[in-house]
Amino acid sequence: MTTNEDATVGAQFGRAAASEKVDEAVMELRNVHVFYGDYEAVREVNMPIASREITAFIGPSGCGKTTLLRSFNRMNDLIPGARVAGEVLYHGVDIYSSDVDPIEVRRRIGMVFQKPNPFPKSIYDNIAYGPRVLGEKKANLDEIVERSLVRAALWEEVKDKLDTSGMALSGGQQQRLCIARCIAVNPDVILMDEPCASLDPIATAKIEDLMHELAAEYTIVIVTHNMQQAARVSDRTAFFTADVDAKGVRHGRLVEFGPTQDIFMSPKDSRTEGYISGRFG
Amino acid sequence: MSAVFTPIGEQVKQDLQDTGPPLQDRSFRWVLFGALSVGIITLAALLIFVFLEGYPRLTPTLWQNMPSIRFPEKAGAQSAIMGSIWVIVTTAVICLPVGIMAAIYLEEYADPTKRFNKLIEINIQNLAAVPSIVYGILGLGVIARALALGQTVITAALTLSLLVLPVVIISSREAIRAVPQSIRAGSLALGATQWQTISRQVMPAAVPGIATGAILALSRAIGEAAPLLLLGAVTFITFNPDGLMSSYTVMPIQIYNWISQSREEFQVLAAALCIILLGILLVMNAFAIYLRNRFQRRW
Ligand SMILES: Nc1ncnc2c1ncn2[C@@H]1O[C@H](COP(=O)(O)OP(=O)(O)O)[C@@H](O)[C@H]1O
Ligand SMILES: [Mg+2]
Repeated sequence: MTTNEDATVGAQFGRAAASEKVDEAVMELRNVHVFYGDYEAVREVNMPIASREITAFIGPSGCGKTTLLRSFNRMNDLIPGARVAGEVLYHGVDIYSSDVDPIEVRRRIGMVFQKPNPFPKSIYDNIAYGPRVLGEKKANLDEIVERSLVRAALWEEVKDKLDTSGMALSGGQQQRLCIARCIAVNPDVILMDEPCASLDPIATAKIEDLMHELAAEYTIVIVTHNMQQAARVSDRTAFFTADVDAKGVRHGRLVEFGPTQDIFMSPKDSRTEGYISGRFG
Repeated sequence: MSAVFTPIGEQVKQDLQDTGPPLQDRSFRWVLFGALSVGIITLAALLIFVFLEGYPRLTPTLWQNMPSIRFPEKAGAQSAIMGSIWVIVTTAVICLPVGIMAAIYLEEYADPTKRFNKLIEINIQNLAAVPSIVYGILGLGVIARALALGQTVITAALTLSLLVLPVVIISSREAIRAVPQSIRAGSLALGATQWQTISRQVMPAAVPGIATGAILALSRAIGEAAPLLLLGAVTFITFNPDGLMSSYTVMPIQIYNWISQSREEFQVLAAALCIILLGILLVMNAFAIYLRNRFQRRW
């Protein structure tokens, strides 16, 4: 691909080109494998997650993007039989080491799910829930709720109906509510698993704008199906694919990781190039 | 301007012609309706019969006076009504917390692949099918005699608790299981502990379902006579219970007592008390249905 000078493709990138090397990492995966029972869903991933940047995971369905993302904040612990081998370092601490409390990990590394999952409570209580379980004083809640909703670009739409159910909002609003809920506990890293998968283009555009805003303060990892979205929102992109081994079993693998513009414009691996030119160019 | 259609219009019209549901459909519908009618007709006949028989005696004396086997015209069932209330409230206080906690354990904590938990699960299913008289024998042998609690309200309540516990556990588990996994994941991802997730998200969402199951279980307990026959409720009681260690009688037993009298007037009294018992059951079930509809949630 020699489209480097092509202005129309260049225009599809939403972020300034990232440096070749990650200067400051918040997390790092070292030789990470994820298993469901005996099945090795993700094989040997090594990569850093850069601080205050947006890292996108792309790749075909079933290549283990969700599985890997869930190992970043020990959500895999909830699936019976799921197991992580290797090291998932967070500021140098292996979050799977036996003396680490998964509750503390999840407080610092928040997650937004593919399908919006507001609690069956009021909008206010949806946001206040996280701070409340962490023991926040009642007097501070109003302010936290407002601040979180403002940052999630939802405040103007809901400020007059904070006591209506979060489940009565539209899909796009529900997803922003979930992002606000996540911000309310002031995490360090936000993991997003295809946050726009069930949203229309307008709602999607709102969430993407929001991600740009949030990247100033948070480190974000986003799984996306949508190549254009990865190009629009991310600083770095990791391309995954599923290899078939000798026994015919599929294992997810990291093929290529680098600054988004490099991955899209001059991929080093032929599989990345094939996937991107097939779905992007 | 009207459109010009392609020439196959006549054929389409024929194909789309509604000729009513096929015969098989119609006949099957009648069979199903017939099956339903058996239940409804039986219930209606029962209600009508009881009403006609007992209505004349449905007077305030019935709940104001104490039972008597000599003066049917003055006899009432206050001790039985109060006895039933004492027993059922005590049963609720004992079996609901135990049953709901057991359900939480099984749904939220127990590893379903472990042998031990599978065994518990099968046991609970089986216990729900054990005849109530067997619980009566257990209550008599263990609670009344071995624990020496005697023939008292607490013995009856403990026995009935054991009887309906499997139903409470099973229905609570279903209500807890109906809360989607995504709610738990959402809570845990915010740094909530498992207990916070259960107590602040799962349980509030499951309460309507649990309450419905609990009421249905208790309405079964309030109508039970068999196990209590063994537990001494059958003795003739002319005072209201005044505590857990008090002797007692309950409505089904009082009905049984009166029906076994030879004089016609007592049959009428029994029917009148039946109406009250049915009324209480109806109110309990209606409340359960109300709860279910009121809080029904679509995720
Ligand atoms: N809970 C689970 N138990 C067993 N296998 C799973 C589970 N979740 C996902 N998998 C398997 O792991 C592989 C990766 O899945 P996933 O991480 O969901 O892929 P992606 O998000 O890239 O589409 C797939 O083969 C999938 O079938
Ligand atoms: Mg996925």
